[in-house]
This record gives sequence, structure tokens and C-alpha cells, in this order.
Amino acid sequence: MADKQKPKVAVWKFASCDGCQLSLLDCEDELLAVAGAIDIANFPEASRRVVKGPYDVSLVEGSITTPHDAERIHKVRRASKFLVTIGACATAGGIQALRNFKDVKDFIPIVYAHPEYIDTLGKSTAIADHIHVDFELRGCPINKYHLVELVSALLNGRKPNIPTGSVCMECKRRDTVCVMVAAGTPCLGPVTQAGCNALCPSYNRGCFGCFGPKETPNTNSLSEWWQKLQVTNDDIVRAYRSFNAYADPFRKASEAYEK
Amino acid sequence: MKNRTIKVDYLARVEGEGGIFVRIKNGAVTDVKLRIFEPPRFFEAFMRGRNFTEAPDITARICGICPVAYQMSSVHAMEQACGAVVDGQLRALRRLIYCGEWIESHTLHVYMLHAPDFLGYQDAIQIAQDHPEVVKRALRLKKIGNDIVNLLGGREIHPINVRVGGFYKAPTKAELQTLVDPLKWALDAALETVRFTATLKFPDFEQDYEFVSLRHPDEYPYCEGRIVSNKGLDIAISEYLDHFEEQHVEHSTSLHSVLKERGVYHVGPLARYSLNFDKLPKVAQRAAKAAGLGKTCTNPFKSIIVRAVETVFACHEALRIIADYKMPDQPYVKVTPKAAVGHGASEAPRGLLYHRYRLDSQGVIQDARIVPPTSQNQKVMESDLYHYVSDRIKLPQDKLTWQCEQAIRNYDPCISCSCHFLKLHIEGD
Repeated sequence: MADKQKPKVAVWKFASCDGCQLSLLDCEDELLAVAGAIDIANFPEASRRVVKGPYDVSLVEGSITTPHDAERIHKVRRASKFLVTIGACATAGGIQALRNFKDVKDFIPIVYAHPEYIDTLGKSTAIADHIHVDFELRGCPINKYHLVELVSALLNGRKPNIPTGSVCMECKRRDTVCVMVAAGTPCLGPVTQAGCNALCPSYNRGCFGCFGPKETPNTNSLSEWWQKLQVTNDDIVRAYRSFNAYADPFRKASEAYEK
Repeated sequence: MKNRTIKVDYLARVEGEGGIFVRIKNGAVTDVKLRIFEPPRFFEAFMRGRNFTEAPDITARICGICPVAYQMSSVHAMEQACGAVVDGQLRALRRLIYCGEWIESHTLHVYMLHAPDFLGYQDAIQIAQDHPEVVKRALRLKKIGNDIVNLLGGREIHPINVRVGGFYKAPTKAELQTLVDPLKWALDAALETVRFTATLKFPDFEQDYEFVSLRHPDEYPYCEGRIVSNKGLDIAISEYLDHFEEQHVEHSTSLHSVLKERGVYHVGPLARYSLNFDKLPKVAQRAAKAAGLGKTCTNPFKSIIVRAVETVFACHEALRIIADYKMPDQPYVKVTPKAAVGHGASEAPRGLLYHRYRLDSQGVIQDARIVPPTSQNQKVMESDLYHYVSDRIKLPQDKLTWQCEQAIRNYDPCISCSCHFLKLHIEGD
């Protein structure tokens, strides 16, 4: 059977909005070719068909927020040869990691009338806090072309070619005028990892950090520049505290300006 | 087998995590649960303390499939609170980006999530092996929906160009013009989709629903209008919480929503269509009639035809908006915050999505309420399961289980949305 030689790929969901796994179905031009090259062995959002593990590649979306999921991720790891986390929830804890700055016990009654029915952990954490992760794709959501590149690289036994510079580099490459210098618009581009092709500045708005902190980000300097633009300390805290709030550099940068 | 259980632990081809549990005792259905075990994410809690301008970007993250719906309901709520009015071409652009989301989401559900049930396949990839032309049409149609969201929003998932007051950047007429030829093809493909869905086999399952949706005097509803039902409800959006309440039940991390006076109700394409048939353009009305639909539709399995009809509408509406478009002088109107409460509602692909925020004078959110369509449909999904299984109790287990899944997929449930929400078990001792 031809299927036996195709790599088995599984998609797993933890706490998330489903947007990153939807990116796979949003590859309209590539989907049938990708589906022809791999065996989609477990992808509940798209299929009832479930093929037993082990899997050659697991794509993991979402963060760990419940005791049950903290157990389940170990089962996924054991069933997977190569495990890739996809998106800000899986790589940094996601927007739901905003609970990490508060006491989750204060959160539950705001949403739920019977807190005793709710089983949840105090913190929303990245997958890599629980298991070894082989590769990660950043973004809220991920860039779907990164996903196609990842699958293509794995099929051909090479390293995926995913950009790791800052959003600033992408602005320069596409000739977008700097929104911070030219229009005084606060922008997280200097400290945010590339990947979106500097989308927001090309729409006349500042980057708001979907791809998380770049390597060695100088957040102190950026925060001082924001202050010069009359941004309040509260707004600096809010800016760092979004989809990648619990990624270390952004967390520390936000705490530095918290009252 | 007088006593048995139908269980689906992890319901496939829905967005998010849920299951079905049906218990049959002495030949009668005694318990039906739509189990939602999607982990709660507490959006309403962490919206407190955020700036009113952040709501469209943050609430979009509730759902990767219908982020535009969250952005639209939230910006309308903020504008209502602050007394701002967004009209003219900016209002038209909001309808246009919503057209894109409906085309993308409906096409995804019709062909990739729902059709496999009717045709006996596990997924659309299997359909593609036997009927590649069908799946290729689906992917191209879906892509055109995404292209609209991309152009107007910057990207298809979690668009970045929507803001309170309008957009960060308005498209030029020439940019929108590039969508015209693809949309003309899409309109034909949507009509072909209606004809395709009309050939499917439907179980005899008419239900007496209370349909709830927006209704607007001049147009098929997206973001404005009154909230109406076929059983006498007719209220302003701001009166929503006076008439609906959410209940927290043990088997679901998604709150169950009910009409205070009459309990269970139904939102989504069937409700919108049945309450707004007269507002559909002629091309959509004719396609619906040719497909055998009346002016109302009470068979939830036929929601697949209604989604196709709504896709016809969305393509037609998008073409109309682009033809009438003149680039506005400013991409947004300035919105000044004030201490107030604002309500917003819009028609997500899956149904009515309500937002309410209370702001302080600086525009900081003091509290937030978000009621997604799938929470509102949980009770009607359980009710459908109860009636559906009761009439088909003699069916073999695997067949009945699959049909129960299909009965849930009729609603295109979006569980990530509602949790702030799905698992299928059918049980007989």
C-alpha cells in the first residue's frame, strides 16, 4: 500500500481558538497536494478517520490549562517521533495566559456560576514547559506558508527555513516606511519575531506582537521610546501582555512597568 | 437491545472539543448530553482592565473560524457605548469583510465538515479521491471568501485591519476591483453548490423551533437590526440580557443560553433564512426555491442547503458593495471613550453573537459579557438529539452513532467559541 510509506501526521488540540490548525485547511491551493504526500492520520477537526500511532509528525496547537491536558500531552509526545508546536498558545501559553498574572480562582466566578464544575490549572503554559519540543512555529495565528514549508522540509529531510529576525527587518525588505519614526505610532516590531511579513505597518498600524519576542529583544530600550511617544505605563503593560504575554522577555518587560 | 448507550468521545469535523452521550433505557431515551470539555479560557475575566480599543483584537482570538464576527460585535458595542456612528462606505466595508467570512466558513462547513456525512465519507480528502471536481470547486470558492478577508483585513485568520471606528487603512477601488472576476465565478459556484446540496438525501425531521436572529428593515442581517423570533420576540440589541439568560450545567464548560420566557431557541442559518427570506436577493430566493426550500426551513439537516443559499447571497452582496464603492476620505471615525455600557450583536456564520461592555471614562473595560452562537444552540442540539434518537431507536449502533454526530454537525458548532464550549457519548446500560 502506498499509504504505508507516507509519513503519518497527527494534529492535536489543547486550549486554543483552532485558528492555527485551520491554517492547514486554509492552504486551499496546496491542500490536495499535501494530502497526497502525507497520511493525515489524526485530524479530528477535518476527519472522523483515526489511524493509531505512532506518528512521524505531530502538530500541537494550544496551551496546557487543565490537569487532564497536562497528562495528555505526555501521551502525545510518546506517540510522536517529531513534535512541532504551532502558534502562540502552544509556544507561549496564548492569550489565556493572562490568567497567570492573576489568581485564577478570582477568574472562574466571573464567567461560571458553579465554580465547582470547573477543573482548571492556575496557569496556562507552553507545551515546551511540559515535554521536549522538536520545532516551533510562532504566530497568532501561524503563517500558513510556514506550515507548508515545514511539511515540505520534513518530507525532504531538511531543516525548515523559517525567518527568525525582527518585524523591522521585514518592513525594510518590503519598503514599508517605519510607522514609529514617520508617524509616531507605537510599534512592537523591533522586539517581535518576523513571520507575518510586517503586516500591521503595511496597514498603517503598529505591530502588536503576534509572533512573540525575537531572540535577544531590547525591550528596555523600546519601552523608553514608547514613553517618549507619550504612551502610559498602563498601555506599555497591556502591549506586552497579549497573545505572547507569558513568553519570558515580554513577561519581564510588562512587569517592569506594572505599578 | 432495550438498554444501551451511544457515546462519541471526541466529535470530529467540528471546531473545538466535545462529545455526545445518549442513554437509552427500556427502549426510551432517558438522557441526552452534549458534553463540552474544551478547556475554559476566561475571556470575560481578562477583558477587565483592557482598553476599549483592544476588544476587536483580543476577542477575535476566541475563534479562529469566525474572528470577523467577534471583531464586528465588539466594535459595534464600543461605538454604541461611546455614541459613535460608522456609516456610508465604512459600514459597507464591514459588510464586505463579513461576506468574506460567510463564504469561507459556510463553504468549509458545507463541503468539508457536513457533506461527508451525507455522502458516507470520513472527510473531504476521501471525497476528493472519487469526486475531485467537487472538492476543487469547494477549495476555490473558500479561497475567494478568504481573499476578501485578506484584502480588507490583512490576513484570513485574526485580521489586523479592523478597529473601533472603522479600519486602519481603507482599500482603493482598484484593489477591490481585483475581486470582481473571482466573485462572479464564486456566485456561479455558490449556485452550483445549492444544486449539489439539493441532491443529498435528508431524513424526515421537521421541528417546531423558536428561531432567533437579527432583522433589519432594508437588508439581510449582518451587524444591525432588531433581535426577532417567529414566536413574538422583537427587541433592541441592548435589551438582549433582559430576555435571555445563561445557565451553567455540570457537563459543559460552555454556558447554556435560554430565553427567559420560553426556554430553548435556535440561532444560525435556518433562523436567519426563515426570519429574513424576504430580504434575500432574487438570485438567492430563486436558487432556494429550485432546491425545494420554502420561505422557512425547519429541518436542521437541510441547513446545508441554507448555508449554500447564504453563500449565494454573500457573493451577490460582495459584488454589489464593490460596484458601489468609493474610497472614503478617512479610514475610520474618531471614537472618544466615555463611561457607558455598550451592546453589539452580529450574525456570525453560526448565528447571533452578542457582546456587552461597561467602560469607565478613560475607555477601560470594567466588565464584559460575550454570548456566542454555539452556547445559544446547545439546548436545541440536545433537544434535536433526543427527538432524533427517540424515533430511530431500532437503528444499529454504528449507524445511529454516526447519525447523531451528523445531527450535531447540522449546527456547525464552534466549541472553542462557546467556551469560554463539544464531546459525543450515546449510553444504554
